[in-house]
Amino acid sequence: MPRLKAGQRHEVAFTLNGVAVRGEAEPRMLLTDFLRHVIGVTGTHVGCEHGVCGACTIRLDGVATRGCLLFAVQVAGRDVKTVEGLGGSDGRLSPLQEAFRRNHALQCGFCTAGILMSLDDFLEKNPSPTEPEVREVLSGHLCRCTGYTGIVRAALETAKGNADA
Amino acid sequence: MKPAPFDYIRAGSVDESLDALHELGDEARILAGGQSLAAMLNMRLVRPTALIDISGLRELDRAETRDDAIEVGAACTQAALSHRLSREGRHPLLEAALPHVGHYQTRSRGTVCGSIAHADPSAELPLCLMALGGEVLLRSRQKRRRVPAEAFFLGVISTACAPDEMIEAVRFPLPKPAYGYAFDEVSRRHGDFALAAFAAIAGPRTIRMAVGGVADRPVSREWPMLEGAALDDALNAFAWELRGQDDQHATAAYRRGLVRKVGRRVIEEAMRCRG
Repeated sequence: MPRLKAGQRHEVAFTLNGVAVRGEAEPRMLLTDFLRHVIGVTGTHVGCEHGVCGACTIRLDGVATRGCLLFAVQVAGRDVKTVEGLGGSDGRLSPLQEAFRRNHALQCGFCTAGILMSLDDFLEKNPSPTEPEVREVLSGHLCRCTGYTGIVRAALETAKGNADA
Repeated sequence: MKPAPFDYIRAGSVDESLDALHELGDEARILAGGQSLAAMLNMRLVRPTALIDISGLRELDRAETRDDAIEVGAACTQAALSHRLSREGRHPLLEAALPHVGHYQTRSRGTVCGSIAHADPSAELPLCLMALGGEVLLRSRQKRRRVPAEAFFLGVISTACAPDEMIEAVRFPLPKPAYGYAFDEVSRRHGDFALAAFAAIAGPRTIRMAVGGVADRPVSREWPMLEGAALDDALNAFAWELRGQDDQHATAAYRRGLVRKVGRRVIEEAMRCRG
């Protein structure tokens, strides 16, 4: 049975936004810290570090989840998607990101990466959601500057755009 | 907000987890979805020297009907149970309660058994287990035992699970014909911890209700069929017996008010839902 010792660094390899990455982590290192400080990919933000604020939300094997409640060693061999994986490689924004821009769905941007990853998962599984359903998903995120009206509008507009396309 | 150091053990089977628990005892903690435990680790409210990760164990990722109960294995997530129940439409109480458990983004990893193991007094799943008179299936290297919900929850994040035991599964009894089920809770925001949560079961001749978020654990009461002022009196007595405390979220008096008013509303809804 694999036992990774405390206080030692262990090799962790996984797929990040379609690209193989690797680095070393102690068992106690959070996935958020591994992404930001070891891999150097800083789009995923760190807020409360106990699963409440939602800023660190990422997709693990396609499922939206809190990056701060995962240890890096847990994602070995898995597929991780962060906000960097949303747009095109040429810097083009995704339809959801475009809708955020059009609807003033962000201001300081601290909560935005997590919200985008939640909605990326949710809209994929629920292509034509109702407003209450979108608000229920957003209850897992704290935004302290714009309020949620623009965010809800952006989510619904993206769903409608996907349906019309 | 970083955990103290720990060894990380990825269990390859239930037997391996039990061997590790046998060896390490209360030095170790079982890690499943981590939606309560990782937060506790980050805040250093717990400092185990080892984590035994069971989240990858297929043998525990199950939810199936067995002997008049839905038996949910220790690796089954809240989202997976929710999807299954909404497809089958077989458990009105759990279906009503599950959307209130944490958030979309935590139900995706958070397990049903993990919520039971954590035993937060305001959590919805311990409340449902209590209301339904369910059981917790515990296992150590030496033995298996079944503990009724009434005997499992001992206080704030405190349970009858021994240091060398893990929860293998929990059993939520299936709804009975001619019984009605209802759930509701009051919280500041959707997904926040409940100031008070209610699960009611109305039978042909009885009313049963469990209340969470007021006492140090979910508490249930059963009465003969009551109506009008008699029901108000029973709820008032229950509200006082729960001995709720003032805290930063609500006063004890407000919580008693919730037991009287919201508790009654949930009981009446359960009565209306009787088949």
